Amino acid sequence: MSDTATRAEALKQQDGALAHIAYVLRSNPVTLLAFAMFAVLLLAAVLGPLIAPFDPLQTNASNALQPPSFTHWFGTDNLGRDVFSRVIVATRLDLAISIAAVALSFLVGSVLGSLAGYWGGWLDAVLNRVFDTIMAFPLFVLAMGIVAALGNTVENIVYATAVINIPFYARLVRAEVNIRRDAGFAQAAKLAGNSDVRVLALHIFPNALPPMMVQVSLNLGWAILNAAGLSFIGLGVRPPTAEWGIMVAEGANFIVSGEWWLAIFPGLALMFAVFTFNLLGDGLRDIVDPRQRS
Amino acid sequence: MAGRLSTIGTRIAQSIPVILGVVVVSFVLTRALPGDPAVYFAGAAADEASIAEVRTALGLDKPLPEQFLIYARDVATGNLGQSLSTGQPVLEDLANRLPASLELTLTALMLSCAVAIPLGVLAATRPGSAVDHLCRVLVTAGVSLPTFFTGVVLIYIFYYLLGIAPSPLGRLDFIYIEPDRITGFYLIDAALAGDWETWVGALKQLVLPAVTLALFTMAPLARMTRAAMLSALSSDYIRTARAAGLTEDKVLFTYAFRNALLPVITTLGMVFSFTLGANVLVEKVFAWPGIGSYAVEALVVSDYAAVQGFVLAMALLFVALNLVIDLTYTLIDPRIGFETK
Repeated sequence: MSDTATRAEALKQQDGALAHIAYVLRSNPVTLLAFAMFAVLLLAAVLGPLIAPFDPLQTNASNALQPPSFTHWFGTDNLGRDVFSRVIVATRLDLAISIAAVALSFLVGSVLGSLAGYWGGWLDAVLNRVFDTIMAFPLFVLAMGIVAALGNTVENIVYATAVINIPFYARLVRAEVNIRRDAGFAQAAKLAGNSDVRVLALHIFPNALPPMMVQVSLNLGWAILNAAGLSFIGLGVRPPTAEWGIMVAEGANFIVSGEWWLAIFPGLALMFAVFTFNLLGDGLRDIVDPRQRS
Repeated sequence: MAGRLSTIGTRIAQSIPVILGVVVVSFVLTRALPGDPAVYFAGAAADEASIAEVRTALGLDKPLPEQFLIYARDVATGNLGQSLSTGQPVLEDLANRLPASLELTLTALMLSCAVAIPLGVLAATRPGSAVDHLCRVLVTAGVSLPTFFTGVVLIYIFYYLLGIAPSPLGRLDFIYIEPDRITGFYLIDAALAGDWETWVGALKQLVLPAVTLALFTMAPLARMTRAAMLSALSSDYIRTARAAGLTEDKVLFTYAFRNALLPVITTLGMVFSFTLGANVLVEKVFAWPGIGSYAVEALVVSDYAAVQGFVLAMALLFVALNLVIDLTYTLIDPRIGFETK
């Protein structure tokens, strides 16, 4: 009997949350637009090679440096490759790098932040110092240094981007966990016989998830910029792989002679992705924490 | 006054562990080279004997803590190793190229402050107006702009289409003669030498890269100025000041703006960190001969000593800058104390 009552309660609560999301989306069409843009990105990333009209690596010297036309929407590059296909196919790699990096920093940051926030003590002090040190570097420069030290590969771009993002997540989780360490519900869970780890993981940590999601979304945009920047200066992704940063870098050589489509289209794709994640982050913040709305 | 001096002393003391941390990280980075660092530092053409020689010379045969002490001593005496590609000491290379980077970065920051802060103030005093919307668009678009892409677009528009910008190749067109090196800042050196033709030439080269960097840094600054001004304007002391019949200008600039400056300056420190990173990209786009493009060139040829020296130098520069920013706090707002941290 009471079981059905709680279920109905839970259902109603979920309904409330859904209604709240629907309300926020209706009142803020920009967030809806952000979700739509995100869907486009996902589609391009998942379907990539299937929807690209040409092989992104197929060179054709007789058809090089053609301006945008009906067959080649974004024109062709100096080797005659179709820029439109390359831009589409690159979506998967760019998203994969940034999502992998953000997931990694989310994971490591959550664990470290939870430990520091729950137990405090010397661990907290040491981690705090470590994060201070990481933040003392200009972050892009530190990422360059890490990639240079570990070796010039795509995985290392992911690790470097993850490392420079970890402090943001760890600090956020630490603060959220710390204020709830001695909260009533945490003590009740402990009295009910749950172990410290269980209380931390199942009762306290989930409270940090909403602000974390906002951070993730804002961070994704930044991670894409960072990864594209690194490959722009020749780190990580190697030609002829299609990737937005490297395409802008290659196209930049032709911009002074007026072949604008080589660099502009991948750059626009990059901007579109970053803009989507930033809009999404702002929208999520409105849903999660309406007080912070700017 | 004594209180303020001790505040400053505490702040300076606080930066020591950070500097130590930076040196440790940079040590770890130099030792984390894949494989044997001695092989890398010995160069491609090294044989067994010369690798062993390099190993002894670099102290790589010693235990790790001792290696760290040697590294720390080297850093303290300014020995960052030799660059493989230029054959010069890394510190000398960096010092030679630093003025070019600083000239670009500082010009960009001044430009961006000159636009973003008034824009933020105007947006905050006229919420909902056209200026407010402009500010909002700039803020949202600005954070999504990849610097290297903005640079490429600006080159296309102003160099190729309009033909008003000089070719994006370095600090000075070859038709001008480099001014005598006094500060290393071409604008200052040319002005000191009274060579206004070169001054204009240098300025022309500087405009596009500086605007590129400035566009990138404007967004966070404008956003923070607007937010800080809004919160200052809605506070009790502003209401009191208005009720006391002070003029709007006095309320705005003496009371609100001065209080809004603190978070803006914090943001400026953060923005500087971004700028040091973005500098690398902008320097590559415009072939600007600063330390950023030096690091990129070094990366391409696996010149590790140069790259790590660059990373360390940037970090120390940034720590120093944060110190300066925190110290200016005490000048702007004497209430700030660091003991509470």
